[in-house]
Amino acid sequence: MSAEVVVDVREVTTYYGKRRVHERLSLRVYRGEIFAIVGGSGSGKTTLMREMALLQRPTAGKVVVLGHDAYALSERESLALRRHVGVLFQHGALFSDRTVAQNVAVPLHEHTTLSRAFIEQLAALKIALTGLTPEAGDLYPAQLSGGMTKRAGLARAIALDPELLFLDEPVSGLDPLSADALDNLVLHLRTSLGLTVVMVTHDMDSLWRIADRVVLLGEARVLAEGTMKQLAASTDPAVRAFFHSPRSRAAQQAWIRA
Amino acid sequence: MEWHWKKQRQAARVHSGTDCLVCSGPWTVLELAGVEQAFQNLRVPGRGAVRVELSTVTGLDSAGALLLYDLCCRLERDGRRVSLSGMNPAAEALFALIGRHAPPPHPVRHGRAQGGLEGLGRQGVGLLVQGAGFMSFVGQTAVTASAVLAGPRRARWAPFWTNLAASGYRALPIVGLLAFLLGVVIAYQGGVQLQLYGANMYIADLVGLAMLRELAPLIAAVIVAGRTGSAYTAEIGTMKVNEEIDALRTMGIDPIEQLVLPKLAALVVTLPLLTVWADMMGLFGGIVISNAVLGISPAVFMERVGESVSLSSYLIGIGKAPVFAAIIAGVGCFQGFRVADSAESVGRQTTVSVVQAIFLVIVVDALFSILFSETGL
Repeated sequence: MSAEVVVDVREVTTYYGKRRVHERLSLRVYRGEIFAIVGGSGSGKTTLMREMALLQRPTAGKVVVLGHDAYALSERESLALRRHVGVLFQHGALFSDRTVAQNVAVPLHEHTTLSRAFIEQLAALKIALTGLTPEAGDLYPAQLSGGMTKRAGLARAIALDPELLFLDEPVSGLDPLSADALDNLVLHLRTSLGLTVVMVTHDMDSLWRIADRVVLLGEARVLAEGTMKQLAASTDPAVRAFFHSPRSRAAQQAWIRA
Repeated sequence: MEWHWKKQRQAARVHSGTDCLVCSGPWTVLELAGVEQAFQNLRVPGRGAVRVELSTVTGLDSAGALLLYDLCCRLERDGRRVSLSGMNPAAEALFALIGRHAPPPHPVRHGRAQGGLEGLGRQGVGLLVQGAGFMSFVGQTAVTASAVLAGPRRARWAPFWTNLAASGYRALPIVGLLAFLLGVVIAYQGGVQLQLYGANMYIADLVGLAMLRELAPLIAAVIVAGRTGSAYTAEIGTMKVNEEIDALRTMGIDPIEQLVLPKLAALVVTLPLLTVWADMMGLFGGIVISNAVLGISPAVFMERVGESVSLSSYLIGIGKAPVFAAIIAGVGCFQGFRVADSAESVGRQTTVSVVQAIFLVIVVDALFSILFSETGL
């Protein structure tokens, strides 16, 4: 592939105390793709995503984000880089004392000198783009359903039009309809806003439907990497165990039928 | 989408000419402020169709597209036809998308100002409602407590012991230190005055009576309110935000029995003990200063304390402590249950809890003083 590399993880090693999470792990994410990280519980998926999203320094190794060595930057440079990165946290992480619209406006107020009226309009636009009704903008996070919380979190994550968007378990805890709708939304935003998306997920349906490329983590390294078709055809027992469970096969059937 | 912080950043620009607008530079959210400020005063001379030239725009994101959309809308409202030229297909797609979703320009809304009288009324009603809530909470706690007392096997010992250690044992250093310093201050300030009259001996009466009867219970209660009462509120409040309280209820566990009673019981036991400890440290502070400044030996000081402080004064001091403890634990837990579902609310109720607990402790202390002086104790 000759496409531009957006995230380059080079030989990253992570330890929590004595527990080894990643050992000399390397992978690359290319511009415009939807890249999924999968693996069993405790395989370090979320840790890896946090390292790619400038939230956690790995024990050793390098993470290059948008061409900059993410953990060798000054405060100021790191701040500038963060403006081009959006994160949707697993539970939304919306600020509970602000409405949805105010939540979306937080990064805009912080990083731009746009007028208040325009920021409000822009926040309303992002809310509309994520498929929420305009009324949802005036609700507080505690008043939102699970699906609305994810959408509101997504609206805040894309507030500054990031080039790179991280999604931590975007469809976990959603009913199948909302999950499908969110998958479509991610696809739609990727094309229309030109995003590169890195997501951690367990959801086989999502993987089949929207992931361009998938890495399977296990034993502190990348067990397999490729499209879902390639991974499903793999003969490696560890990979087969993951992608040939009854759930995975049902998801594959659903995708083939669709 | 090229960006680099080391290069001088370019800003988005717009120029108007007769029947045309030329946009240039990066029309992206971080560089858009200048154009957005100029937007209100932007006029396009002429009266015909307006051509918006976008070929020199180096980047367009959704914020830039929205501003462009607003601009087009405004020109069309003025009766001008607008044509966009020089857009690449990606930008066109984005612009079309924004056009489908764009909300109307947002008027800046201001919350309705609250009149002074209305505010006063709301506050008053709020206080009444809160007072009624507190009464009902006290009632519930009393009912649950009597049920537990009737069948002590229902008592939850594990949280009781944990709370005992957290609110009592671990408060020893800070309570001891502050009581000691209080003893030092009283002895020093009082000693200087007494020395003028050659009444050095009475320093023991002063420190002994003030500490044992009034100040030791009060300082212990104030510290415990700040230290433990706040912790109770934050703990219960956070549990409420996480729906843990509801989880307890669905499992048939009474939150009052599980959370409030062990805390209340632990504090009722520890605060009198902490008061005794504060008594000791306060007297110790007095002894140190009397010895150093007034030349009264520790043995003489203690003998004098024994003569001047009656047993009833000492017991009154300790006897107030369980009442203070009940107030602190009650207010702390009650405010915890009042937390609504946000992190900010936890902080607000914690503050309220400490302020109310200290306020009530001092009010009750004053009532006790009146009561005891009327009854001649």
